[in-house]
Amino acid sequence: MAEDMITMEVARYRPELESEPVTQSYEVPLRKEWAVLDGLNYIKDHLDGTLSFRWSCRMGICGSCGMTVNGDPQLTCATFLSEYAPGPVRVEPMRNFPVVRDLIVDIGDFMNKLPTVRPWLVRTEDEPVEDGEYLQTPLEMEEYQQYSMCINCMLCYSACPVYALDPDFVGPAAIALAQRYNLDSRDEGARDRRDVLTSAEGVWACTFVGECSTACPKDVDPAGAIQRYKLTAATNAIWDFLLPRGAR
Amino acid sequence: MTATPRPYQRPVSLLWWVRRRSYLIFALRELSSVFVAWFVVYLLLLVAAIDSGDAAYQRFLDWSGHAWVVLLNAVSLLFLLLHAVTWFGLAPKAIVVRSRGRRVPPRTISAAHYLLWVLLSAFVVWVVLR
Amino acid sequence: MRRRSPEPVLWLLFSAGGTVTALLVPALLFLFGIAFPLGWLASPDHAYLLSLVGHPLTKLVLFGLSVLALFHWAHRFRYTLYDGLRLKRLSRVIILACYGGAALGSGAAAFVLFRV
Repeated sequence: MAEDMITMEVARYRPELESEPVTQSYEVPLRKEWAVLDGLNYIKDHLDGTLSFRWSCRMGICGSCGMTVNGDPQLTCATFLSEYAPGPVRVEPMRNFPVVRDLIVDIGDFMNKLPTVRPWLVRTEDEPVEDGEYLQTPLEMEEYQQYSMCINCMLCYSACPVYALDPDFVGPAAIALAQRYNLDSRDEGARDRRDVLTSAEGVWACTFVGECSTACPKDVDPAGAIQRYKLTAATNAIWDFLLPRGAR
Repeated sequence: MTATPRPYQRPVSLLWWVRRRSYLIFALRELSSVFVAWFVVYLLLLVAAIDSGDAAYQRFLDWSGHAWVVLLNAVSLLFLLLHAVTWFGLAPKAIVVRSRGRRVPPRTISAAHYLLWVLLSAFVVWVVLR
Repeated sequence: MRRRSPEPVLWLLFSAGGTVTALLVPALLFLFGIAFPLGWLASPDHAYLLSLVGHPLTKLVLFGLSVLALFHWAHRFRYTLYDGLRLKRLSRVIILACYGGAALGSGAAAFVLFRV
């Protein structure tokens, strides 16, 4: 019995051959348990070994396999071929990043931005080790837990029109990760993160389109994180204005 | 032969905001601010007419009945409603309130806005029409 | 010593403006922009409206509404020009035009509302 097939239209970009991406079509088995990533691996294993793409865990936790599927930012391991039946399925690299080759993008911009928001616990003084762990109530953990779910897949940057137009924008994931630490009861670094977050390219550049939260596969809600920080920053600005330095 | 690294940058179309439904609604929402500004102009014209006497107010009433003015105000009202609905839906994202340790659900924040809207609108109508 | 940025204040004005606009304008626009001009509802007589807008509380509320609404427009429109029309390179001119326009409009509102 002949197996159902589906056409995958995949963007190819080989800088040594072409000046802009071209589309190449492949016929791939339409198996009900196959994700788009499985289709890509089938192409690489059986049809065209030259196809290049990133992937790793294939279970939605490593953040490697983000691409644009039929115009939407998706983790290719988390979206199924059958959802696009009868096809064709268009697979392109993640938008808003420079394409290095085929489906691989240069994520250097994000990797450079991330450390600027200090995404780690900042303390003025560490508690002595003999005193044991930092304790945290379940409610204290709830405050930042959602923002800790970020897997750095960058689908949010791919979805964000502000980032598309202005690559200097700090961006959804970086701000959400900053909030993850700002809202962590063990952290004392909120002031250290202020300069980057309240710069013109920080939260103020965001116009709350909200597409980042729609695209996020882990329900981090970076848009919410950004809006909360706008209010925090605005409140801080008022306090700073009203209270002289010495009183703070 | 090693491939020459030459990253490709996809150009962003000037019409990027019509390409997705969510982008289009966003663009319309942002455009509503223009109609907010129009309302301020209209309001000040109205108050100035009232202050200038009965005849001036009648002239204003006649002018505001012209087809293009009514159309402009009708379109403005639609945009204002879009603004209000999107605003009340998004407000909970910025306003995180805790009550007895638990976070107040976003729907409650939205509902509070809608309630305030109904009450204030009713008050305005009552004050104007009584 | 960080230079104080006006962005937080501008955003607060935008937010306050967005809120009061959403809460008050639909009803006012419906009454004075559609219902009265089209005769769906009888317009109140002039004498009553004059006493209404003459009341200091009304003046204050309408002035606050006008100022906040204008600064809401200024902030939102500024970013619409940046992202919609890709004019971020003209940001100095845009900032001057938008917030300057809002300031002028506020001045006009003060003149109209408080001169009588």
